[in-house]
Amino acid sequence: MKFQTKELVIFAVLVVLFVVSGAVNHQVFQPGNLQNTGRLIGMYGIFSLGMAVVIITGGIDLSVGSVFAFLGVVFSMALTEWKWSPALALVAVVGAAAVFGLVNGLLVTRARLQPFVATLCGLLFYRGMARFVANDETKGFGNAKGFEWIKELASGNVGGCPTPLILLLVTAVLFYLLLHRSVYGRYLFAVGRNEEAARFAGVNVKQVVLMAYVICGLSVGVSTVLFAFYTNSISPSSHGNFYELYAIAAAVLGGCSLRGGEGTVVGVLLGITLLQVLRNLVNLMRVPSSLEFAVMGIVILVGVLLDSFFKGQSKRITV
Amino acid sequence: MALNQVDLTLGKGEVLAVIGENGAGKSTLMKVIGGVHRQDAGTVSLDGQPITLHDPAQALRLGIRVIYQELSAIDNLDVASNLFLGFEKRKGFFLDDRAMQERAGEILKRIGFDIPPTTPIASLSVAQRQLVEIARALTLDVRALILDEPTSSLTPEEAKNLFRLMRDLKAEGVGMIYISHRLDEVIEVADRVTVLRDGQNAGELAKDQITEPTMVRMMVGRDLETVVHQPKTLGPARLALQGIQTTRFPQHSVSLTVHGGEIMGMAGLVGSGRTELAQAICGIDRYRGEVRIDGKSVRIHRPTDAIGHGLFLVPEDRKEHGLTLDGSVGNNITLPSLRRFASFGLIKSRPEAAYAEGGIQQLAIKCASRDTLAKQLSGGNQQKIVLSRWFLKNPQVLVVDEPTRGVDVGSKAEIYEQIRKLADTGVAVWVISSDMEELLKLCDRIVVMREGQIQGEVSAVDATEEKIMQLAVAGQTLVNQS
Repeated sequence: MKFQTKELVIFAVLVVLFVVSGAVNHQVFQPGNLQNTGRLIGMYGIFSLGMAVVIITGGIDLSVGSVFAFLGVVFSMALTEWKWSPALALVAVVGAAAVFGLVNGLLVTRARLQPFVATLCGLLFYRGMARFVANDETKGFGNAKGFEWIKELASGNVGGCPTPLILLLVTAVLFYLLLHRSVYGRYLFAVGRNEEAARFAGVNVKQVVLMAYVICGLSVGVSTVLFAFYTNSISPSSHGNFYELYAIAAAVLGGCSLRGGEGTVVGVLLGITLLQVLRNLVNLMRVPSSLEFAVMGIVILVGVLLDSFFKGQSKRITV
Repeated sequence: MALNQVDLTLGKGEVLAVIGENGAGKSTLMKVIGGVHRQDAGTVSLDGQPITLHDPAQALRLGIRVIYQELSAIDNLDVASNLFLGFEKRKGFFLDDRAMQERAGEILKRIGFDIPPTTPIASLSVAQRQLVEIARALTLDVRALILDEPTSSLTPEEAKNLFRLMRDLKAEGVGMIYISHRLDEVIEVADRVTVLRDGQNAGELAKDQITEPTMVRMMVGRDLETVVHQPKTLGPARLALQGIQTTRFPQHSVSLTVHGGEIMGMAGLVGSGRTELAQAICGIDRYRGEVRIDGKSVRIHRPTDAIGHGLFLVPEDRKEHGLTLDGSVGNNITLPSLRRFASFGLIKSRPEAAYAEGGIQQLAIKCASRDTLAKQLSGGNQQKIVLSRWFLKNPQVLVVDEPTRGVDVGSKAEIYEQIRKLADTGVAVWVISSDMEELLKLCDRIVVMREGQIQGEVSAVDATEEKIMQLAVAGQTLVNQS
């Protein structure tokens, strides 16, 4: 595994940020805080990886946050109101998310819609469905029993390490193999960079793109379950708002290009970690929490500006 | 229509050269054979069996491999990954990178291009990428290999390696179609030559009939009208280029002068750098060197600078760069001149309408009204819209890239007439064209470019298609350099 300079830079920034802030505010290194930050990294990281796959094709998935809300309330209702067996509910939610991904993929590859437009419709549609199904009431799991093992996935720890973080690491290994070691991954980068040339080489371009949306859907399904238990109060109108943007930001920060064909699993992991650590620091350093988005906006902007500056350096007429 | 009934056969172990002028339909034909385009009529057969090709993957599986003229290496992958793209070696679910790299190394060695298979494509030069394309042909069992201008960016040494490789493949029974503008190469490699002209077969030459003059004659192949050129008295130099280097050919520089009242033609093959030169000095692309307009040195960074100096470009690609197809005729004509009718940023509609009407009349654009959408007009009338937007703006220098591509005969004559009239008012006109007839009819002088350099120049009086073709294709030959 080779690391790119950019990844090392982000990693260095992370370390510096952590050490400096830890020196200033000792709360940063408290086990509770580390655990919670790790949990958030895990939950956000899983679907950020899925989003990155779509971004590598040159696409985007804006429907993610709304799917969290829709499937979140469905999941809660299935367990507490409809009394489904927990295993069935889990499979149904993850499966439904994969189907939603498939729909996005079909809209993009068969109906030839622009990914932004197709998934924007999804963003609106699933949000509306969430509010309709839940009758605009906030859903949760209360004290219902029988599915503690699923709950553990979101809120539990294994040997002190938050389960979502472990799940993320497992997912990351799978994605690493898929993206950087498998035939599919090779096609994914080829299609993202130059779709025509990939077609000329005999690659089934539509299938590659379709699969990317399905993979993203699967990762969204897993994250849906985690977020539902983590918040334990799923407001159909606000649960998951803007979450797709966290994933896009993490992917871009980690070296993905929205033009497609670029990105690494390690980069995305570093991107989402940096974002979550930053959020945590904003909270701890007594920066007014209303500034949270502003701080993240600036950091992402600086990151991509530096990136495009260094890229621009190599494009001069050299005679 | 790019092709109109072409017949072609290729024998086992045979090298068939397909030649023809720009736009004769060679590349389109190869895309049909490679499964990229589908023919509207006719059949493709392999070993006597008719086959239907739906996509490139299928052609590849049948052993038909095309090395395309436009390079198609994917630059975020390394050399080995590109060689095996679409046909990866695998170990179960995973890529077998080691096996692919090993095999890639052997192939690279075989074509005499010894670089590590893990080299990223992005770090290779154009010529090196071309070699990667060639290497790709060897990763599969190939029965028919099509090489579309494979040597356009290679050095003589690299080209020789390619020819050696072709002889090996020939011995193995691979049939090859070789497309090239370099006639000396055709003579060297071809067993047979098929000439295409205007999308049709224009003749065939057996091995012993292949000579350069015969090929040139067959490619040009029409009865030439004699055009009487009146000697003109030229005005002073209006546009002068001194040592211009472009991003396409940074290693070469071009100098030329166009006088007032003169129509300078520029001939050359596709890819010879004509369009890039014109676009660079009109501010579309970067350049180095000096541009003088009416003797005054000017620096052009962006199109606005060029337009400010009265240097206008009618681009090659009318639909992409020349027009807003979904806009009205009137809006298209007035777009670069809107400031004239604006006060405080608001457009006064009456003077704008009058201006547009003036343009429609001057160039006799056939449209129902100025509100007709540009896309509803014929190619000829669309081209007149682009011309009229610049004609009305008092050009000092007008660069017209392919003035009549896709334009019917009647409009062609009208466009020539208008360009001549414009030149007669003292404007310097620079016409880039791949249509020899057009250059001979329209221009006072024809400059020929080849691979980023000016190869020579002929005056209208003694220009012939053969002379121009000769300059455009010949020059550097393998024989001369080695």
